[in-house]
Amino acid sequence: MGSRGSHAARIPDADGLRRETGFSQASLLRLYHRFQALDRNEKGYLSRMDLQQIGALAVNPLGDRIIESFFPDGRMRVDFPGFVRVLAHFRPADDEDDGSRDPKAPEPLNSRMNKLRFAFQLYDLDGDGKISRLEMLQVLRLMVGVQVTEEQLESIADRTVQEADEDGDGAVSFLEFAKSLEKMNIEQKMSIRILK
Amino acid sequence: MFLLLPFDSLIVSLLGISLTVLFTLLLVFIVVPAVFGVSFGIRKFYMNTLLKVFAWATLRMERGAKEKNHQLYKPYTNGIIAKDPTSLEEEIKEIRRSGSSKALDAAPEFELSDIFYFCRKGMETIMDDEVTKRFSAEELESWNLLSRTNYNFHYISLRLTVLWGLGVLVRYCFLLPLRIALAFTGISLLVAGTTVVGYLPNGRFKEFLSKHVHLMCYRICVRALTAIITYHDRKNRPRNGGICVANHTSPIDVIILASDGYYAMVGQVHGGLMGVIQRAMVKACPHVWFERSEVKDRHLVAKRLTEHVQDKSKLPILIFPEGTCINNTSVMMFKKGSFEIGATVYPVAIKYDPQFGDAFWNSSKYGMVTYLLRMMTSWAIVCSVWYLPPMTREAEEDAVQFANRVKSAIARKGGLVDLLWDGGLKREKVKDTFKEEQQKLYSKMIVGNHEDRSRS
Repeated sequence: MGSRGSHAARIPDADGLRRETGFSQASLLRLYHRFQALDRNEKGYLSRMDLQQIGALAVNPLGDRIIESFFPDGRMRVDFPGFVRVLAHFRPADDEDDGSRDPKAPEPLNSRMNKLRFAFQLYDLDGDGKISRLEMLQVLRLMVGVQVTEEQLESIADRTVQEADEDGDGAVSFLEFAKSLEKMNIEQKMSIRILK
Repeated sequence: MFLLLPFDSLIVSLLGISLTVLFTLLLVFIVVPAVFGVSFGIRKFYMNTLLKVFAWATLRMERGAKEKNHQLYKPYTNGIIAKDPTSLEEEIKEIRRSGSSKALDAAPEFELSDIFYFCRKGMETIMDDEVTKRFSAEELESWNLLSRTNYNFHYISLRLTVLWGLGVLVRYCFLLPLRIALAFTGISLLVAGTTVVGYLPNGRFKEFLSKHVHLMCYRICVRALTAIITYHDRKNRPRNGGICVANHTSPIDVIILASDGYYAMVGQVHGGLMGVIQRAMVKACPHVWFERSEVKDRHLVAKRLTEHVQDKSKLPILIFPEGTCINNTSVMMFKKGSFEIGATVYPVAIKYDPQFGDAFWNSSKYGMVTYLLRMMTSWAIVCSVWYLPPMTREAEEDAVQFANRVKSAIARKGGLVDLLWDGGLKREKVKDTFKEEQQKLYSKMIVGNHEDRSRS
């Protein structure tokens, strides 16, 4: 018998996950298979090393930051629900009218605000809710490696923080971040469509 | 209290006779042709019958799925996510354009939104990357009546289940014992034959005998797996003093290639049964077996290979430069060691037909014995072997470029995807040089513009 079952019953708490993340049954199944493929030793969870094994991710300059986003609060493991919750941020926006949604229900993970929050946390290394000049510099350094001098990078970081900073505290808060990107088509740029 | 049935002795004698008949048939129809290298065409006939049965089974499944409104599980070998094949530069420009309130001609240096590109690309690779999916077995569009390949087996119809049950019976109770007997015969003949030949003094006669002993035993092993192999372009078969290079899917590749040619093999010394076979083989023929510790010493490996290759009378060496088993949908990076030696390279492409049995050895999932049992309980191993024309390293090429050229040729011929990645990624992390490429590209975008502006 195939050792990888194809039935959704194998996914722990499938219904709850579907409601929380908004993924369809088929997508959830695909992601579950993917989770199992990444979990080489069949531990039931993923560690940082499992994600670092993905070659195409390791060459991504922000690869380590992206991996970190799966392990909030200093955790060392991510189980399947945690895995899917992060990926849910990248689900394409739903077509439904916003007004039809229950205002009391928690915001869907793939809303514009949540996508922005996800991008924000890639910059905000210490998680204090602000991107300081130092953090901006560090992220920039990750993206360019050794190709750019310290002076050039510092001037870029200074300029960026200055442009976005409105209250003059020398750091970019989440609201300032969101404001500077208000014209951006976030939904399209931060969405990954899962094929049927 | 056992009641001895009156016709008990009759049953025993019937059993004895049928076993004798079975083994005589075995000998006549399988081993004798293997010894002489001829074929009765039984396997081809078997294969065609199976194809007809599979086609019928798939039709039934599709009909059944339509009746019940099921989604038949479609394979997603092209990836589970929709990807845009745009470059880093184009994407970042587009992101900036869509978000920028500045005038379009004032090219900005760096935007907060640039991070979206890397973020999304990173997430895409987490959801689906080219390499990880090469290390799990390929999914099929039709069902070949093996429950192990059917990921979406719903009960469709009684007839199909009965057929499947019949298949299980045939495979486990008839084919498996037959194949094990054949394999046993083949291996013991190989060990015995090569040991005997080893006692002869070196010379043309010894070589002649050794060649035929090897060929004969490999042919028996081929039949033990019910491998139906089609060789193409046999005129390009590797010659003495060259290196034969092929893509690697499973240890069976060795048997497939060695049953059509006489090669010197290269590999690690194993323990157990493999070790016995290896030690026996090397008595009759100059195979190159390395100790585990020596494999790490690349210079030693290269030296021994060069010595072997420089002697033009020596047999062609058989090497699998990927270094690990891939699932036969792609070809991964070739290790450059065998391409540095400077001998003529004879590339060979091997493509298995997954309909009859998946030959890929997922060494993290199955051990050798489990793997062989799985092979022997599949319907058959059907594959095509293409011998490509020989290639030599050009003057301006270095070993890596040469290796890539050979790899592309093999991938093209076998209809496999040509990948840049290292098969070793299965176990190790990727090199930093690739990351630097990305960083260089991005730096040009944010600093290159700066230089333009300062000039104007």
